[in-house]
Amino acid sequence: MGSLKIENVKKAFGPVEVLKGIDLQVTDGEFVVFVGPSGCGKSTLLRVIAGLEDSTSGRVLIDGADVSVTPPAKRGIAMVFQTYALYPHLTVKNNMALGLKQAGTPAAEIERRIKVASVMLSLEPYLERRPAELSGGQRQRVAIGRAVVREPKLFLFDEPLSNLDAALRVNTRLEIAQLHRRLKATMIYVTHDQVEAMTLADKIVVLNAGRIEQIGSPMELYNSPANEFVAGFIGSPKMNFIDGARLGETAKTIGVRPEHLSVDTKSGAWKGTVVHAEHLGADTNLYLDCEKAGLITVRIFGVYNAEPGSTLYATPDAAKTYRFGGDGKVLK
Amino acid sequence: MSLATRSLPRTIGAHAILLTYTAIALFPVILVIMNSFKSRAGIFGAPLTPPTPKTFDLIGYTTVFGQGDFIHYFQDSLVVTVASLFFVLLFGAMAGFALSEYRFRGNTMMGLYLALGIMIPIRLGTVAILQLMVASGLVNTLTALILVYTAQGLPLAIFILSEFMKQVSDDLKNAGRIDGLSEYTIFFRLVLPLVRPSMATVAVFTMIPIWNDLWFPLILAPSEETKTVTLGAQLFLGQFVTNWNAILAALSLAILPVLILYVIFSRQLIRGITSGAVK
Ligand SMILES: Nc1ncnc2c1ncn2[C@@H]1O[C@H](COP(=O)(O)OP(=O)(O)OP(=O)(O)O)[C@@H](O)[C@H]1O
Ligand SMILES: [Mg+2]
Repeated sequence: MGSLKIENVKKAFGPVEVLKGIDLQVTDGEFVVFVGPSGCGKSTLLRVIAGLEDSTSGRVLIDGADVSVTPPAKRGIAMVFQTYALYPHLTVKNNMALGLKQAGTPAAEIERRIKVASVMLSLEPYLERRPAELSGGQRQRVAIGRAVVREPKLFLFDEPLSNLDAALRVNTRLEIAQLHRRLKATMIYVTHDQVEAMTLADKIVVLNAGRIEQIGSPMELYNSPANEFVAGFIGSPKMNFIDGARLGETAKTIGVRPEHLSVDTKSGAWKGTVVHAEHLGADTNLYLDCEKAGLITVRIFGVYNAEPGSTLYATPDAAKTYRFGGDGKVLK
Repeated sequence: MSLATRSLPRTIGAHAILLTYTAIALFPVILVIMNSFKSRAGIFGAPLTPPTPKTFDLIGYTTVFGQGDFIHYFQDSLVVTVASLFFVLLFGAMAGFALSEYRFRGNTMMGLYLALGIMIPIRLGTVAILQLMVASGLVNTLTALILVYTAQGLPLAIFILSEFMKQVSDDLKNAGRIDGLSEYTIFFRLVLPLVRPSMATVAVFTMIPIWNDLWFPLILAPSEETKTVTLGAQLFLGQFVTNWNAILAALSLAILPVLILYVIFSRQLIRGITSGAVK
């Protein structure tokens, strides 16, 4: 209960094509995360799934049924918005109840579901308050609660955490992960935060300029990116891309992640000068200006003392080096 | 303003300008009210002095109330103003919502067309309007005035309200749609409360010209039955002798209802939007 299939969905706003043919299959109970740079069409795709926006062409199927003409309220979905979008004139309780009342759910059942959801999200003390009297994190929990009580087949989250501060973001992220485990519902989650994507997803969909670049589990994307875009997008700090010609390679571009480079003061593949060092405690990020490879980032686990201006040799892990062709695709 | 951004000369300057403006704006009003409590001799003898025990006289007010029909004129004015205001706000908000919320063919053209009325005074069309009212048998009815004033107020209302409606969070409306609210419910329950301050602004802007208008009542509804206050006050403006006491009293009384309506709306203005819905 809660599978989703998207077939060749296109969306244009006037002459501007925002979605250029999206195909996607989500199975029941999966947690799918859409990531991609700003403006790539993540929210638009989510709104098409929700029925808030009509697609220009293509089909959306929920549980095998074409929902093109089904209004949002009847699609069995619930959505959590970036801006919370709570009804300002209603109490927390009524915010959660409104959708159910509209659907004609019996009052006792509404009570029961609100009880369950408010215990789950620790919202009990706030049930009689209005959104204006809540903190940002509490508001977002109410927004999640409003989605939970609908018991939807499909949860849609559009960057639900981006208005929260760092600590609260981690907490709420955990709550969402627990929620998914407990409800076993299908969830689609939009974010441009890598950590959220990697930690929450069963499956990540990387979007770029209205197209899907790659679909896969977090580790698949990390270990075997299909192309330069995905390789650069997943992983932090970003993968180093080095012009193949400079290294005397046949591939157009060579990619190596900062964590797959080792450094040595005496010898190594690429000789370079330390430009800057970032000490994060658990890791150290070194920026090296190499004669052969240009400016690269190296990530070293633990503390590493390197003075700017000193000379270091960096060596890539050959097994974890990626080779990209002229079209950006990975060469096998 | 914080202490750091305040400067004494600037504060004094600002207050001086504002006080001068207030004095200029209030002077005629105060003059009217003052003189409405004086005898005829008092009015002409010393128009700029407040009523003294010698010149104090309620003759103006007794004339106005003695005229009997004046209560009725007030009623007409009030009915016309409130009804027009209601329709201007209702249709203005609905049109503004449609223009800001829905993408349809000709949306921009429609917006421009509706805004055209801001630049073209409705009085230019008086002859055609009169013909229309004669043809539809609405001459000498309050309906005629309400229709005309609604048309007169709509362009500015739509223009201002559609701008404000654009600022209402899309997410909020979409949340409503997902919860199964109809477009009407979304409009009346979610959007209207959030644009209430701008509705109050539009209400004030719309109300005053309608209340003060003499032109259309004179042309479309001059009958005894449908006279408005401004028209009724003309009664005392005789060809040979003008009853100044009565005119001033009538005008002073005419200020009251607008003042009350204004206070009601400005409370809304000040109260501000119910925040906390988003962000
Ligand atoms: N109503 C609209 N009319 C015209 N263009 C639109 C409309 N909505 C979105 N777009 C365009 O579609 C593109 C994709 O927008 P979308 O909101 O889906 O991006 P996004 O991937 O969610 O970005 P972000 O991460 O910044 O939220 C953008 O270039 C945007 O300008
Ligand atoms: Mg977005």
